[in-house]
Amino acid sequence: MMNKIEIKNLSLSYGNKTIIQDLSMNIRQNEIFAIIGPANSGKSSLLKAVNRMTDFNNEVQIKGDILLDGESIYKDEDSTHLRRRIGMVSPLPVGLPMSIRENVTYAPRMAGCKDKNELNSILEDCLKKAALWDEVKDRLDHLATKLSGGQQQRLTIARALSHHPEVLCLDEFSIAIDPVTTMKIEEVLMQLKKNMTIVMVTNVINQAKRLGDRTAMMLHGEIIDMNDNSRLFNGEVKDSRTKDYIEGLFG
Amino acid sequence: MFEKSRYLAEKEVKEKKFKNTLGVVSFILFLPAICIILWLFIKGAPALSWDFLLTNPRDGMTAGGIFPTIVGTFWLVIISVLVSCPLGVVAAIYLSEYAQDNKLNRLIRLAILNLAGVPSIVHALFGLGAFVLFLNIGTSILAASLTLAVMNLPVIITATLESLKSVPQSYREASWNVGASKLQTIRYIVLPNSFPGILTGLVFSVGRSAGETAAILFTGVAFYLPFLPQTVFDQCMSLSMHLFTISTQVVGVPESYTYATALVLILLILSVNSVSIALRYYFRTKRKW
Repeated sequence: MMNKIEIKNLSLSYGNKTIIQDLSMNIRQNEIFAIIGPANSGKSSLLKAVNRMTDFNNEVQIKGDILLDGESIYKDEDSTHLRRRIGMVSPLPVGLPMSIRENVTYAPRMAGCKDKNELNSILEDCLKKAALWDEVKDRLDHLATKLSGGQQQRLTIARALSHHPEVLCLDEFSIAIDPVTTMKIEEVLMQLKKNMTIVMVTNVINQAKRLGDRTAMMLHGEIIDMNDNSRLFNGEVKDSRTKDYIEGLFG
Repeated sequence: MFEKSRYLAEKEVKEKKFKNTLGVVSFILFLPAICIILWLFIKGAPALSWDFLLTNPRDGMTAGGIFPTIVGTFWLVIISVLVSCPLGVVAAIYLSEYAQDNKLNRLIRLAILNLAGVPSIVHALFGLGAFVLFLNIGTSILAASLTLAVMNLPVIITATLESLKSVPQSYREASWNVGASKLQTIRYIVLPNSFPGILTGLVFSVGRSAGETAAILFTGVAFYLPFLPQTVFDQCMSLSMHLFTISTQVVGVPESYTYATALVLILLILSVNSVSIALRYYFRTKRKW
C-alpha cells in the first residue's frame, strides 16, 4: 500500500524541552491511523508538525523531514498551501466570530471560491458529515460563537472538511461530544477514509480500537509500539507498557 | 440556623467599608472634571453666541469672535490624523502579527514607549528641527500637523496593539489551520474584530491633538492672522494657542471672552470623546464572542 505520509527522523523541541525524539513512521494512503498515549507524550505536537502549525511558534525547533506523497513538506517556504491539503481538528473547539455559514465556507472562500451554489453545497455537505446539519439548518446565519461546546466541536470538524483535504488530522475530536453523536461522526469517518487518509489522536482507547486500521502508542516523544489493530489490541505488543496502557494499568 | 458567625459578620462590615472607600475616592476623581466644566459654563456661556463662533477677532483680539482658530484647529487635527492613523495602525499590525521577539523589535517597542513619555515641548523642538528646517517645509499647517502626528503615534500604536491582542490567538490558529494565509487572517479575522478598539484609540488621539498647544508652538501656529489658511503650507491659528495668547499675552481681553474660548475648546474635545464612547458602546452590543 502507498505511503501518504512518511516521517523521517523527526525531532521537535520547544526551547530546551525535547518533545519528540528521532521519530520515524509511515502513514498509509486511505487508512485511519490512531495515535494513543498518555498526556505530554508529544501526540498533538506531532500533528502540528505535520501541517506545519509549528511555523507560527518561534520556540519550536524541528529536525528531520516529513514527506507528503513523497515530497518534503518543507520544500515550500510558505506553508499555507500545505494546510489546504491537510485538515486539522484541534481539541478545543473554536467557532470563528462569524456566522455558521461563514465558518464552514471560510476555507473555500479563502482559497478563492466565489460560486454561491458551490459554497452552499459545501456548507450542507460538510455540516451533514459532522452530524450538525439537523441542529443548525434553520439558523445558518446565526453566530457560531453562540453554539454550545459540542456543537462548536462539530463545526470545527465541518470546517476542516470544507477544503477537501487529502489528510484529515483529528486531535481528540470527541471530548466535547456526546456518545451518540460521536458514533455518528465515527461512521462518517469510516466512509471518508475511502477518499482521504485520517490521522487520529485519541485518549479513548476503544475509539482507536474501533476506528483505526493501525495504532501507534506514543510515550515521551517516541513511538514505542505500532501495529495493525487486529494485532496490537490482541496482545501482540513489543513493549509491555503498551499492554499496560491499553488495559488501563497506567497513564 | 442562618445566624452569622462573628467572623462572617466582621468580614461583611469590612467589605462594606472597603466598597464605600472606593466609591468616595472615585467621586473625588470625578469632581474636578465636573467643577471645571461647570465653572467654564458659568463664566463663559454669556459671551457665547453665533457671532462669537463665526467672526474674526477684532480690536487686537480683545473683541470679535474665534472663527479662524476653530478652522485652524480642524485643519491641524484632520491632517495629523490622516498622517498618523495609517502609519500607526500599520506599525502596530507589523509589531503584533509579524514581528518576532528579537532584539530589534524589542528596541522598537521601547522606542515607542519612550516616545509616549516625551514632553510635548520637546516634540515641538523636534518638529521645528525636522520638518520646518531640515525638510524645509517652513512654519505651516503641514509642519505642525506632522509634529502632532509624531506625538500621537505612540498613542495610536499602543491602542491598536492592545485591540489586536484582544483577539484570541485561537481564532488566528483556527484560520491558519484551514489554509488561510497570514494576510487573509489579518484581513478577515483579526482586523474586523479589533476594529472597535482601534477606532476608539484614533478618536481619542483626535481629542488630544485638538487640545495640544506646546507641540504646535514653533511649527505652524500664529498668534494672529487676518485671513484663513488656503493650503497646508499656510500658517493657521488654533483654539488652544489662541486661549494661551489671550489669557497671557494680550492686555484688556474681557474675562468672559477668555472663558468662552476655553469653553468652546472643552466642548469640542468632549464631543469628540463622546463620539468615542458612543462608538465603543455601539460596538459592544455587536460583539461577536
